[in-house]
Amino acid sequence: MEKVNRYDNRLGILGWAFKGRWGFERYLYILHRLTGLGILLYFLMHIFVTSFRAMNIYLWAPDNFFHHPLFRFGEYLVFLAFAFHAFNGLRLIFVELGFAVGKPIEPVYPYKTSLTKQRPLFIVMMVFAAILAILGSYEFVISLGKMVGGGQ
Amino acid sequence: MSNEINVKFHIRRYNPKKDKSPYFQVFDIPVSKGMVILDALHYIRENYDSSLAFRYSCRMGVCGSCGMLINGSPTLACNTQILDVSDKEITIGPLPNFQILKDLVPDLMPLFEKHRSISPFIIRDEKELDDPEGEYYQTPEQLEEYLQFTYCIKCGCCMAACPTLATDKNYLGPQPLSQAHRYNKDTRDSGRKKRNEITGSRDGAFKCHYAGECSRVCPKGVDPAKAVQILKRQLVFEFLHLIKKQEPCQKLHGPGKGEKLDIPEAPEKTV
Ligand code: FES
Repeated sequence: MEKVNRYDNRLGILGWAFKGRWGFERYLYILHRLTGLGILLYFLMHIFVTSFRAMNIYLWAPDNFFHHPLFRFGEYLVFLAFAFHAFNGLRLIFVELGFAVGKPIEPVYPYKTSLTKQRPLFIVMMVFAAILAILGSYEFVISLGKMVGGGQ
Repeated sequence: MSNEINVKFHIRRYNPKKDKSPYFQVFDIPVSKGMVILDALHYIRENYDSSLAFRYSCRMGVCGSCGMLINGSPTLACNTQILDVSDKEITIGPLPNFQILKDLVPDLMPLFEKHRSISPFIIRDEKELDDPEGEYYQTPEQLEEYLQFTYCIKCGCCMAACPTLATDKNYLGPQPLSQAHRYNKDTRDSGRKKRNEITGSRDGAFKCHYAGECSRVCPKGVDPAKAVQILKRQLVFEFLHLIKKQEPCQKLHGPGKGEKLDIPEAPEKTV
């Protein structure tokens, strides 16, 4: 039989966010992955940087490399990522164990899906994440303010 | 015809004999209220280009043949009113995450093969199948546990929308997983253990992280994401021995453990 060409139409990584009109939960799915990777990267860097202590090098000391406001700000972003990732992760644990998605129902148009069912849980979790972010911001903003203002 | 407006259709074309990759072709179509996307495709075929390839059969959202990517959302062409999408420009492409055979025709074979792999039928012991003796007992509540998931028409829209499938072709995907759950939950079935080997494998349910896109695009309200999450709970609880062993339901009547209820006997066998 004659071999017919085919075009592979898989969306790929770009298709996670682009190449379509997607819903809200898909962007949460992407953000969860990105924040997870960000935290992992920070964790690896953290181990690497603190390991210099064995050679008596304190890169995070006040007069050293990582004390720069830019790195402090980066740390702040990691903290925000943590606040989101932690509470969104809790939502996902509930949802992925089938606890917040509701029971099977007769599909009657306009269809109601588990997406709307689990949204209140998302809102509650994001309120917790916001509280944690606000509490944590205090420390970061004060220390950053001092650094930029010239004090310690 | 009065009340007609012209809508620009950007159609993704691909001829495997000539083209290296797909490209867009634009058609101006006179649209009136009530026309669906499939009507526009027929109009193109009849008036502009008879070589345009697309799949359809029932034209009423039942057969699942006409799934396509319409303005970035996978849905059925026969079920989608043109003016509900746009009155200016509409982009139509084949369902993503499948290979394109020609123009708007995706190769749905991977979907059907994955669907087949989860044994999408009721499994009972052989003796019962060869020599049926009575009907199976099932309450309306037991039916409700899986009824929603029986409405799947295998159109492939959920598979096209799934971001996990966008990067991982081995993942089973929302359609086969939701159908595995549909049969697992059927009290007449005893094939759950066999299906668990596939749904609980590394390419199974645990690759789903609830982007929810499958449920959002499903044209039949099947809510595959819901089925997959409940399936995951079942798999975890079963692994931890937290659910009781489930025996398939008994027969209504007949010899053995069949429960005799106040229901008329089945008629005499004729063959
Ligand atoms: S043609 Fe059958 S579902 Fe659209």
